Amino acid sequence: MDPLFEFLCRMGDNTLVLGHRLSEWCGKAPVLEEDIALANTALDLIGQTQMWLTYAGEVEGKGRDADRLAYFRDPYDFRCCLLVQQPNGDFGYTMMRQFLFDCYHLCLLDMLATGKGAGAPHRANPSSDQRIAEIAAKAVKEVTYQQERSADLVIRLGDGTEESHIRMQRALDALWPLTRDMAALDQVDHAMAEADVIADPGALASLWEYMARNVLAEATLIPPDVSHFQKGGKTGQMHSEHLGHLLAVMQSLPRSHPNASW
Amino acid sequence: MVATLRDTSAIWAWLDEVPDPEIPVISVVDLGIVRKVAWAGDTLEVTLTPTYSGCPATSVIEISVETALRARGIEMLTLKRQIAPAWTTDWLTDKGRAKLREYGIAPPNPAGGPETCPHCGDTAVERISQFGSTPCKAQWRCTECLEPFDYFKCI
Repeated sequence: MDPLFEFLCRMGDNTLVLGHRLSEWCGKAPVLEEDIALANTALDLIGQTQMWLTYAGEVEGKGRDADRLAYFRDPYDFRCCLLVQQPNGDFGYTMMRQFLFDCYHLCLLDMLATGKGAGAPHRANPSSDQRIAEIAAKAVKEVTYQQERSADLVIRLGDGTEESHIRMQRALDALWPLTRDMAALDQVDHAMAEADVIADPGALASLWEYMARNVLAEATLIPPDVSHFQKGGKTGQMHSEHLGHLLAVMQSLPRSHPNASW
Repeated sequence: MVATLRDTSAIWAWLDEVPDPEIPVISVVDLGIVRKVAWAGDTLEVTLTPTYSGCPATSVIEISVETALRARGIEMLTLKRQIAPAWTTDWLTDKGRAKLREYGIAPPNPAGGPETCPHCGDTAVERISQFGSTPCKAQWRCTECLEPFDYFKCI
């Protein structure tokens, strides 16, 4: 296993799967403005996917492009975290999922683009892999905007009506146990840190959680006391049952008509 | 023909006639996505940068640029797509900003929102949504003339 390929698949699979989930809202969101916002966020994420998976294919060197990786891998070859696989639920649930991922995603991209967040100052450098630093610098602008929006909505709905508060707390209770999968460290992260591809992956868990907890407090929402956090999405060892269903929908067209072009 | 074009200013002028496919009042040069025009031997190299990662207009823009230059007799042409440095709305030209306003789209503003309503010029404006009809725009409205309008997001 090439750790760089693995790392790039993690980046691209997170944005691909969340982008697909958000696109499921198209034409169905509670109001037109939110419908458009969700579709635009999906578009940003799919655009980022294209950059990550194109590079992943080049690193792998087996002639697979972004489409090939997106449409012709099976669930166990995906490296997306458990959080992004979760079904949309109601609008509040979707925004809570978005917010939790946005916080992690923003800290991660910022670290790749600039080195920001590294515990030891001498490690605080942009990714040693220039292509990764460039993609992250592009994506971080879009994700900054997305995180502003999801944080704003979490506050408005969490500290909103009695009903919206109940639903947001319920969403947080359901999604929080899946969040430690995102920044759990394994040998891929260690190899990437060793090569200075990422400055300090060990610092990400506390960075994103700090960012999230501040907003949640303002939203009058309380992260549940959890004794067991589910993991296995990021490594691909134990995906949720939802991923296979999502891929079945997403991949059915290209698999029914392989090599079709239009 | 080629010899007279070694100076790329004519090529920049041609590109300034290529409209953005989604906001046709401004050109691809106004949008700041043409980063470089240079000759490599007999081949013209045009470097473009995407606005947003997923903007579907990027491919259409590449086709429009190629079509426009071929129509002017450029046969040897390479289009390069470059993502770094990342596109910023600071690269919009002053001419482009003026045209946007005239068209009814408030130009980007580092302060984070439109300065004035592009319809009546009043400063009493409020945000409806952070996103709009294309990835590069947000929806705002004027509380004076009550008209909604697009705001070109500042990134």
